[in-house]
Amino acid sequence: MEGDIVQMGAYIGAGLACMGMGGAAMGVGNVAGNFLAGALRNPSAAAGQTATLFIGIAFAEALGIFSFLVALLLMFAV
Amino acid sequence: MTVATEAGSEGLVFKPMEQFVVSPLFGGDAVGMFTITNVTLWMALTVLAISAMFVLGTRGRAIIPSRAQSVAELGYGFIHKMVEDVAGKDALKFFPYIMTLFLFIVFSNFLGLIPKAFTTTSHIAVTAVLAMLVFLTVTIVGFVKHGAGFLGLFWVSSAPLPLRPVLAVIEVISYFVRPVSHSIRLAGNMMAGHAVIKVFAAFAPLVLMSGIGILVTPLSIIAIVAMYGLEILVSFIQAYVFTILTCVYLRDALHPHH
Repeated sequence: MEGDIVQMGAYIGAGLACMGMGGAAMGVGNVAGNFLAGALRNPSAAAGQTATLFIGIAFAEALGIFSFLVALLLMFAV
Repeated sequence: MTVATEAGSEGLVFKPMEQFVVSPLFGGDAVGMFTITNVTLWMALTVLAISAMFVLGTRGRAIIPSRAQSVAELGYGFIHKMVEDVAGKDALKFFPYIMTLFLFIVFSNFLGLIPKAFTTTSHIAVTAVLAMLVFLTVTIVGFVKHGAGFLGLFWVSSAPLPLRPVLAVIEVISYFVRPVSHSIRLAGNMMAGHAVIKVFAAFAPLVLMSGIGILVTPLSIIAIVAMYGLEILVSFIQAYVFTILTCVYLRDALHPHH
């Protein structure tokens, strides 16, 4: 059980940072779900909006990736 | 991130991040400016694979395309349509650049999925160069085409007047965060996916060694297969997203007015 309190803090922080991934999951799900809801109402317009869908997903996902990056920094760089 | 078990005399130490270590191919451990490392090797293989696909694909130029020609034509048409739809017709003179970006990213993502391969795009150093090039290109194109009018990108003329300075600050910040998020999105996705595959790959032997895992090990192996399938999807989607965001930024540079 040796090791110092800084490392413990870093590990706890890395775990906490993973909560951000849950937020990104909700964001991506929200984008995709709303796209599907809209696409089922007007299927003929859906094909032209897939680019927008992916841009929206990419923006929502980037923030989850940032939290993953914070976790990695805490594990390996601090 | 080290998983160690006491099962067996030697104990299995497992490091999921070890696959991202940059190491020289020939002798020594020092990595300098021009050292040939595994990154260099896999980038060269990426370029070779792209060249091979397009040389083979365009060699026959048949009316009824062969399989290689179909793939090359599909890829070309896909990106051409994307640039035209998203960035506009006047952006088509940047098509070769965007096509190159897409091919490089998609091929290095896919080559990185080969077991024991090195994923060059999992390194922020690589993706940051790509994203900085896009950022510089877009900024220079904007200023060359519109001069000081390019700054109109930050002045949201459809918003109420008192709100515009606040929005201008936000727009400037979001403009300069672009290369950061652009590069970290790609590198983070590739790194995360490969690390997850390695973690599941560690479960199988670790659980088996601890004795309880005859039932769990097949589950772990199935999970690796499922993750691998997801990673193939992610590899393509991330290359697509990188390219389409480049097109969006290019559209902003060519038509800066809101």
